[in-house]
Amino acid sequence: MTWAPLLLSLEIATIAMIVSLVVGSGLALLLGWRKLPARDLVDAVVSAPLVLPPTVLGYYLFTALGVFGTTFVFNFRGAVIAATVGSLPLVVRTVRVGLESVEPNLVAAARTLGASPARVLATVTLPLAGPGIAAAAMLGFARALGDYGITQVVASAHFEGIGIPYTSPASIYMYDQFIGGHEDSARAMAIVTTILGVAILFTANRLTRRLYHRG
Amino acid sequence: MAELACEIELHRGDGFALAVELRCPPGITCVMGASGSGKSTVLGVLAGLVVPDRGRVVVGGDVWLDRDKGVDLPVHHRRLAYVFQGLALFPHMSARHNVEYGMHDVPRADRPAKARALLARLGVGHLAERRPRTFSGGEAQRVALARALARSPKLVLLDEPFSALDRDLRAQLVALVRELATELAVPVVHVTHSVAEARALADRVVRLDRGKVVAAGAPDEVLRVGED
Repeated sequence: MTWAPLLLSLEIATIAMIVSLVVGSGLALLLGWRKLPARDLVDAVVSAPLVLPPTVLGYYLFTALGVFGTTFVFNFRGAVIAATVGSLPLVVRTVRVGLESVEPNLVAAARTLGASPARVLATVTLPLAGPGIAAAAMLGFARALGDYGITQVVASAHFEGIGIPYTSPASIYMYDQFIGGHEDSARAMAIVTTILGVAILFTANRLTRRLYHRG
Repeated sequence: MAELACEIELHRGDGFALAVELRCPPGITCVMGASGSGKSTVLGVLAGLVVPDRGRVVVGGDVWLDRDKGVDLPVHHRRLAYVFQGLALFPHMSARHNVEYGMHDVPRADRPAKARALLARLGVGHLAERRPRTFSGGEAQRVALARALARSPKLVLLDEPFSALDRDLRAQLVALVRELATELAVPVVHVTHSVAEARALADRVVRLDRGKVVAAGAPDEVLRVGED
């Protein structure tokens, strides 16, 4: 039994969470703009990873990234991109809930007090949407931690992490152990990832509830 | 003279139409009317939060809006004070930080002292470091007034700011607004449902009905005897 797969997954999930939070917050702001052309279409494309089979997503990503040779496929970078794409719609949707929970009058008040749109965003909208953004980060992390299908297609089952020797992410490792008859290590990995996932969801739920209970 | 002159024409998708012409000299103009008569929309247009189909807003000789000439000064460039119906105090900032928020022209180092002085002037100096969640209705009103006035505005907009207060508190704040309006010597547009409030405050009353001005003039001319 080795914990390197779990460390590899935590590494991938951390980077994927940061990237999806930055990109996802930008997309959430863009989708909140009522005058955005083809807003519903953009929303549908961003949300597609929620409904597409992971292998289909993996195929699209592999085809797109394959243009650059093996720079972004069959390695850690590919795994990060796969996990980011998988978690992006959850992040976008949760950040949007956070942004929409900010009372429009507070934004209007800030504007009438002479604040530019960028200052309103930095000093009023984002701080008040904070619990939603934190919940989005946690959900994105949890989703990235549990990715199997997209990662398998884009990054393959084995690769190196940053300072982590050649191994598999936790989800793939657990499946390999199970199929290979190593039930003890499969069970241990399953229990640890479950505890992590539930703890993250529990915290995200509490943060989301703060949005609704904020006076 | 720091007069407000505006002409507004606006048609909304739900069939509501507004066609209003206002002239407000320095002093308090109370805008009255039933719910849905367009009072708050007028304030929204003056502030730049609502864009009319046609219109012109001139404050103290400065053109803030002229649809025909393509002029539409952004909200944050209009020097105004707006007290919203729900007050809209920033819940994540202390009273002092709320008041400092609009002090762009004041050197950063001087802002805390100025904000404290303004809060003290409005009788809520002791709340400076507290957040709005802990304020009573009257305290929140005073902090909202302090925040709005911190900008040295050319136009003051008050959207039913006293509607949730009891009679005594309302009387105190009406007296305070009266005093501040005299001191600022700028147009104050005060939206209210209360005839008593209009009688106590207004230099001029404008009555709206279904998006049109149906009466305008001195309080005694517009408000009927015994009306309440």
